[in-house]
Amino acid sequence: MAACGGIDLHQEHGQRAVFCGLTGIVWLHRKIQDAFFLVVGSRTCAHLIQSAAGVMIFAEPRFATAIIDERDLAGIADANEELDRVVTRLIERRPDIKLLFLVGSCPSEVIKLDLSRAAQRLSGRLAPVRVLNYSGSGIETTFTQGEDACLAALVPELPRAPAEEAPALLIVGALADVVEDQFLRILSAMGIADVRFLPARRAGAMPAVGRNTRYLLAQPFLADTARALDERGARRLAAPFPLGAEGTTGWLRAAAEAFGIDDATFAAATAAGRARAETALAPHRDKLGGKRVFFFPDSQLEVPLARFLARELGVALVEVGTPYLHRAHLAAEIEWLPAGTRVTEGQSLDDQMDRCRAARPDLTVCGLGLANPLEAEGLSTKWSIELLFTPVQGYEQAGDLAELFARPLRRRALLEV
Amino acid sequence: MQLTLWTYEGPPHIGAMRVATAMTGLHYVLHAPQGDTYADLLFTMIERRDARPPVTYTTFRAQDLGRDTAELFKTSVAAAYARFQPQAMIVGASCTAELIQDDPGGLAKALDLPIPVIPLELPAYQKKENWGASETFYRLVRALAGPASPRSPDEPRQRPLCNILGPTALGFRHRDDLIEIRRLLDTLGIAVNVVAPLGASPADLGRLKDADFNVVLYPETARSAAEYLRKSFGQPFTKEVPLGVGATNRFVAEVAALAGIDPAPVLDGPGSRLPWYSRSVDSTYLTGKRVFVFGDATHAIGIARMAARELGFTVVGLGTYGREFAREVRAEAAEHGIEALITDDYLDVEAAIRAAAPELVLGTQMERHVAKRLGIPCAVISAPIHVQDFPARYAPQMGFEGANVLFDTLVHPLMMGLEEHLLGMFREDPEFHDGVGPSHLGGTPFEAPPVAAPVPPAPPSPAVAPILLEEAVTITDAPWAPEAERELKKIPFFVRGKARSNTEKFARERRLPLITLETLYDAKAHYGR
Repeated sequence: MAACGGIDLHQEHGQRAVFCGLTGIVWLHRKIQDAFFLVVGSRTCAHLIQSAAGVMIFAEPRFATAIIDERDLAGIADANEELDRVVTRLIERRPDIKLLFLVGSCPSEVIKLDLSRAAQRLSGRLAPVRVLNYSGSGIETTFTQGEDACLAALVPELPRAPAEEAPALLIVGALADVVEDQFLRILSAMGIADVRFLPARRAGAMPAVGRNTRYLLAQPFLADTARALDERGARRLAAPFPLGAEGTTGWLRAAAEAFGIDDATFAAATAAGRARAETALAPHRDKLGGKRVFFFPDSQLEVPLARFLARELGVALVEVGTPYLHRAHLAAEIEWLPAGTRVTEGQSLDDQMDRCRAARPDLTVCGLGLANPLEAEGLSTKWSIELLFTPVQGYEQAGDLAELFARPLRRRALLEV
Repeated sequence: MQLTLWTYEGPPHIGAMRVATAMTGLHYVLHAPQGDTYADLLFTMIERRDARPPVTYTTFRAQDLGRDTAELFKTSVAAAYARFQPQAMIVGASCTAELIQDDPGGLAKALDLPIPVIPLELPAYQKKENWGASETFYRLVRALAGPASPRSPDEPRQRPLCNILGPTALGFRHRDDLIEIRRLLDTLGIAVNVVAPLGASPADLGRLKDADFNVVLYPETARSAAEYLRKSFGQPFTKEVPLGVGATNRFVAEVAALAGIDPAPVLDGPGSRLPWYSRSVDSTYLTGKRVFVFGDATHAIGIARMAARELGFTVVGLGTYGREFAREVRAEAAEHGIEALITDDYLDVEAAIRAAAPELVLGTQMERHVAKRLGIPCAVISAPIHVQDFPARYAPQMGFEGANVLFDTLVHPLMMGLEEHLLGMFREDPEFHDGVGPSHLGGTPFEAPPVAAPVPPAPPSPAVAPILLEEAVTITDAPWAPEAERELKKIPFFVRGKARSNTEKFARERRLPLITLETLYDAKAHYGR
């Protein structure tokens, strides 16, 4: 146990039931519309993405796996030649691709296949196609950290903003297009005109960054990306994350304060959204108020989600598991968590399941490998991956976010057999 | 390196998980990096299992590599034993752990647990899921079936006794095939000793040798183990896989012969409805329907045979992704006068389907989507499958009820005879007009866009598939005379694509400058079957 704000922080080691960072490809490739993600890995990697992407795989998505085989393991030089051959063929077939990510996996990391050199070599050969690399391996990244690694790889490539440029706001973290547009309208109503997004929707339109860039993290799992942006001279605006009405207001307020927006303008720009979020949340408060919720670690979204559930819906938190707790980025969130909330960083799966069974929470937020087994034990579950794939940020989505947690409980009450 | 989007099979340790999850009292400790636990959700979501698979992962991370992953492995084995108290354990490495070269077998042995601990060598960079399942089951049987011994002289038994080998977790219809086969054996008067791996414990594997013979339902998973049992205990095993009525009859005869009993109780029984359904006049329209079959070897072979002999289809394509059984599939393809397609690249399969221009595709989840894209009716007959093919209802593939299920499965995607006839008759009616495709295909019939005389070929639509095999060499086709184009539209839409391509091929071969009304009918006469 350790002191960290007012929470009861535990660290745990043991078996982890989490996705690796490769999974981030599933939503990142939808966001950057002319990028291709090529995993350099094993059949396991290909099988993982196939399983995680579900039916999306049939839409001929912009990702694939170069499966390492025995011959590649025999000599690293061969592996490099093989990789060049595979990439060249891929780009010939997909001339619409402007940005290619070589995504490292556990096997490629363990055999120390140098993907950064490969990316440099291929960038030269395939220009104007840019080739970058990052690691989504399970030994280095957990689930959403794959997005962090991807965006961090993009940062050194971003155009340099002129030193004399007026301060610009950069929003960091992949958001649904509809959510981006909503934020853009609110910020514009406040008078913040120059708002950029990382990642941009197209490879050629990535935002410029420089000393006058102020950035807001839209997601809590972007440690390396933030560090890379800091190195480019940009400055982070400390804020809670835009989940729920309160989180969204806090997040927007951080931007307003940094850009010197007066209170009246801020209130006018956010009033309608706040009112709508309040209306949408009210009916869920009856259903979720007083319910006991247990979070298994998954995406690092657990702490902001728990804060939202506790403060805006009156949920009682049994345990908040997170794969990794970034103390600085989550400072505002930790501040807002009810005093004494048990937060567990890391995981020892069987021990955590024992605690969950003993506590018998009303709702357990967990991955798909655990959800049905816990349901069969009589526990209601909310599968956590949906919280990544569904637009949940901002005022207009606050009701939807509450609904995601309320639905399993409503369903359980409905079923008679 | 192989560029891969879709994989038909997972890595071999997934096969080992399918065996471990099928069994009871067995625990699998897998040396694997964080993230490999994704495999759990195949079992909890696709098969909707109500418990976690009995698998403990070491989930090592980068910081562990600097330290001692071997120690982590030993700790995990000890903890799993203490918590789950299994009768036996299997231990092994996933692809990444194979590279770091800890020795799971040796490490586990050093713990000196009071139960059998069976090491698995599953070469992840050469082999795949089905091989992994087969190898795991074989290793388990070898380790647990007891010492090889000549069979003791039989004490007189009231009923012959057999084992059923092959059903696993995540198997395509294994649950219901097993019920169906048990029923057949029961009707014959044969008792079942052990079913494995599905539902068996390690102790049950020790009783395998008590049986007189083995029934092998899925050679992909059980043939190696059955061979071992034949060599060690003299147990013969069945070769016929009961897919379809004919194969079920042959299977029953084979089983009865192995048991030394009379097959009449089953063969003279009610059997399947398939023979009558297939003979009824509504099925006449099925005659010669061109069908493309792809899947695991067992299902592909069995269902191609059945499609040809029991439904009167013409098999125009047959293939498998399972190289272990390529020889058997090639032999079956030769029976149909075609060459087998042995590949695990779904783009090759897609190209072969395009080339064969079938009227029905029978395959896996991938072929279902390829067929959807091409606007061809399709049914799923083999793993890999998605959640909808682990149905709540009783839906075997094997035995007589399996044949009933297969008749429905294979025929429903096609338009039934009467329906097809009526649609042809009323094709000018607004509800059945040109643009309306079969409703189950989302209303988008697959047909080349009409090419007007001087217009160059349409540019590829931006939505078109990213990774496509090169199309067949483009040859400029003769333009269609307006009159011929109008006549083509009168042909029912479900055969129009075929008529168009035949006519164009006919014109191309004869280097005709223009496709006229005469060309259309000349081609029809030429290709008419």
